[in-house]
Amino acid sequence: MTGFKPTYGRVSRYGLLAFASSLDQIGPIATTTSDVAIALRVISGPDNRDSTSVRDEVPDFHAELTGSLRGVRVGVPRALLAQGVEPGVGTAFDAAITLLQDQGATIVDIALPHSGHAIAVYYLLATAEASSNLARYDGVRYGYRTAQAPDGVARMYERTRGEGFGPEVKRRIMLGTYVLSAGYYDAYYLKAQQVRTLIRNDYADAFDRVDLIALPTSPTAAFKLGERTADPLQMYLADVFTVGVNLAGLPAISVPCGFSDDRLPVGLQLIGRALEETTVLRAADAYERITDWHLQSP
Amino acid sequence: MTSLAPPPAAQAFEPVIGLEIHAQLLTATKIFCGCSTQFGAPPNTHVCPVCLGLPGALPVLNGEAVTFAAKVGHALGCTVHPTSIFARKNYFYPDLPKGYQISQYERPLATDGGVTYEEGGTTRRIGIIRVHLEEDAGKSLHEGFPDSDTRTYLDFNRSGVPLIEIVTHPDLRSAAEAGAFFSRLRAILVAIGVNDGNMEEGSLRCDANVSVRAAGAQGFGVKAEIKNLNSFRHVHRAIEYEIERQVSLLRKGTRIVAETRLWDVGAGRTTSMRSKEEAHDYRYFPEPDLPPLELDPARIEEIRRTLPELPDARRQRFISQYALPEYDAALLTQSSALADYFEATAAAATNAKAASNWIMGDLTRKMNELGVEIGQARVAMPPDALGGLIRLVDSGRISSPIAKEVFEKMYGSGRAAADVVEGEGLAQIDDHAAVEAAVWEVLAAHPGPAAQYRAGRTQTFGFLVGQVMKATRGKAKPTLVNDLMRRALESPEGTR
Repeated sequence: MTGFKPTYGRVSRYGLLAFASSLDQIGPIATTTSDVAIALRVISGPDNRDSTSVRDEVPDFHAELTGSLRGVRVGVPRALLAQGVEPGVGTAFDAAITLLQDQGATIVDIALPHSGHAIAVYYLLATAEASSNLARYDGVRYGYRTAQAPDGVARMYERTRGEGFGPEVKRRIMLGTYVLSAGYYDAYYLKAQQVRTLIRNDYADAFDRVDLIALPTSPTAAFKLGERTADPLQMYLADVFTVGVNLAGLPAISVPCGFSDDRLPVGLQLIGRALEETTVLRAADAYERITDWHLQSP
Repeated sequence: MTSLAPPPAAQAFEPVIGLEIHAQLLTATKIFCGCSTQFGAPPNTHVCPVCLGLPGALPVLNGEAVTFAAKVGHALGCTVHPTSIFARKNYFYPDLPKGYQISQYERPLATDGGVTYEEGGTTRRIGIIRVHLEEDAGKSLHEGFPDSDTRTYLDFNRSGVPLIEIVTHPDLRSAAEAGAFFSRLRAILVAIGVNDGNMEEGSLRCDANVSVRAAGAQGFGVKAEIKNLNSFRHVHRAIEYEIERQVSLLRKGTRIVAETRLWDVGAGRTTSMRSKEEAHDYRYFPEPDLPPLELDPARIEEIRRTLPELPDARRQRFISQYALPEYDAALLTQSSALADYFEATAAAATNAKAASNWIMGDLTRKMNELGVEIGQARVAMPPDALGGLIRLVDSGRISSPIAKEVFEKMYGSGRAAADVVEGEGLAQIDDHAAVEAAVWEVLAAHPGPAAQYRAGRTQTFGFLVGQVMKATRGKAKPTLVNDLMRRALESPEGTR
C-alpha cells in the first residue's frame, strides 16, 4: 500500500475522532501514489469548522505528477540509520536510494540530531492529549455504558471505562494522565513540548539544504500481532522514523520498496516541507513508475 | 501562605477576602459553536455536536466573545494581551460533556488591573489579578421530575455559553465591602453591555476566598473557598458567617483547614464540600484544537477607545453636568438603563433636577407598585412624555398636585401631558376674576374661620386656602389663591 500523511492542517479534522489533536491528520491509503494524489485533492482544503485547518489553496496534485526526479535533492540522515535497522530493510532502502539517484536526484547526507528523542516526545504528548480526548467516553451521553446496576456516578465512570477500553488504550490514558499531573507537568509534558520544537527545527534546518528527506518507514519489517504487547517500549520503537514527521507536522509518504528476508513488505518514506505535498508525491510517483513493488503481494 | 499560630482570645482579627466572579457574556451565540445562548428554552434544544462534545466535533472561537472579554479587561483597568492561550481544564462531571472545560490558564486574556472608588471619604482600590475567557458547563437537574430520587437529568443548553472569570486580589476587608464591591462590579459589567447582571438566572455568579488574620499582620491565614453565592445578600451573609466561624475556631485554638465550602442558603451557614487534599488536579494543558488567540494591538486600542462611560464616571458627570446632588447621581447611575432614561428626560424637560425628582419619586413608586423594571416603565412613560409634563409644570400651566394626577393618566396610556390637561380640563386657573370669585364663595360659606382670622387667629388661613383649592379641584394657581385670599381677608369686612 502507498500511504500518505499530509501537512498538519491540510485536511480538516472535523468529524475525525480525536486521538492526539496536535498530531492527528487524515491521509489517503491507496495502491498507487497517483490514486493518493487524486483522493488528497478532494479531501484537502480550508474548513471553518477546524481552527487548525490551513488557509492555503489546494494544488491539483495529480496534474503535478511529471515523473521527473531531475534536480531533486534528497537528504538521508545516515547517522540515524546506523543502528537498529534490520538488514533486509536496510538493503531495500539503499537500493531505493540508488534508484532515485539514477533518476537524477542528488543524495545529500543530513543530520536530524534530536530524532533520538522523538519516540519519547511523541508518546508523552500523544498520550497526554489522548487522556483528555478520550475523557468524553464516560457512558453518560453515548457509547458503551456498564450493564451494572447504577450505584453512583463515580462507580459508573469506573466500570464503563474499565470495561469499555482495551489494555493499550488504558495504558495510554494512564500515561497521559500521569504526565499532565501536578508536579510532573513541567518534567514531562512541558519538556516534551520543548524538545518537539527542537525536532521541528532539525527538519527546518535540513530543508534549507534538501527538498526531501528519505528514511525507511519502519526500522524492521512487521512484527506479529500481539508479539510485543508485553514490551510496549519495543513496540513503540517501530515508530522511530515516522513520529518525527508527526511532531513536525510535515507531509510524508510511504511507498513499497522491496521485501525483507521473510518476504514482508518494506516501505520507503519520503518527507517534504510543510505544504509541499506536491514535491513528495511527484518523487514517490516517479519511483513507482520505474518499480513494481507496489503491485506485488507478500 | 503562612498558617498563623492562634492568637490570644482577646486579639482582634482582620478578614481577608478575594472574589472570583463568573459572568455570562451577552453574545447571541455560544463561545465555540453557533448555538443560541438564550436562557429558558426547553432543555437540550440549543445544542449541536460541538457543545454536546460529540466525537469529531471541534471548537471555533466566537469573535464577539473575545471583544466582550477585552471590554471587561479594559473596564477593570487590566492590560489586554495581544496573545493569550486557551487551555483544557480536565475533570469528570456529567454536565461537562467533553470531560474538560476549555478555559484559559497560564496566559489569560487580561491581567493586572484594579477598580478604584471613593467609599466613606476614603479611596479604595481592589486589585484585579486576571480576566479570562472560558465556556460554561451544562446544567444537572436533580429535582422536578417524577423519578428525581433515582435519576439526574442533564440540560446542555448552557453548555458552551461564553463566560469570563474575574479574579480579584485579596484586597477586601469585610463582608459588607465584598458585597458592595460585587455590586459595583455588576454595575460595570451591565454598563458596558457584556452581562445582564441577572443573578437569579445564574448569568452572574460569585465564589469568595475568605481567611482571617490577626489585625495588622502581614501574612495570610488559611483560606476557605465558598461556592454558590448567587445574590448580593448571599455574598454578604456567607462571608460574614465564614469570618465568624474562622474567628471562633482561632479563638478556641483550632487550626483552619484549607477547603472548599458550600453556602447553605436555607441553614444560613457554610458547610465543608472538599478539603484541599481532595481537591481536583485539573491537569491543565494548552488546547490543541485552538491556535493561540491573537489580537491586533490596534483592535485592542479600538475596543478601549469605544468603551461606554463607566458608572463611576457617569455619576461624576451627573453631578457636574446636571448639578445634581451626590445622592441623586448615585441613585440614577445604578443602572445604565435608568441613567439613560434620566438623561433623555432631563433633555426633554430642560430641567434636570425636576427630571431626577420625578424619576426617583413618582416613577420609582409606580415601578414598585407595578413590579416593573425601567425598560417597561420607559415604554409606559417615554422620556419625551415625562419631559413634556415637567415643562407644563415649569411654565405654570398646571400645578404640582395636578401634575401627579396627569402623570397617573399618562402612564401606560400613550397620551401626552398636554392632551391630558386639555382633555380633562386640568389647566391651572390663573384667571384673576375666577379665583377671586372662588375666594369670596369660600369666605361666604365659612364665615367662622374668616372671622377668626380677622380676630388675629391667622392659622385658619391654611384651611380657607384649602377650601378654595378643593372648590377648584386643585386647579387654581396656589400663589394667586394665597394672594387673593389674604387681600380679601385683610380688606374691610364684606367689601370686595
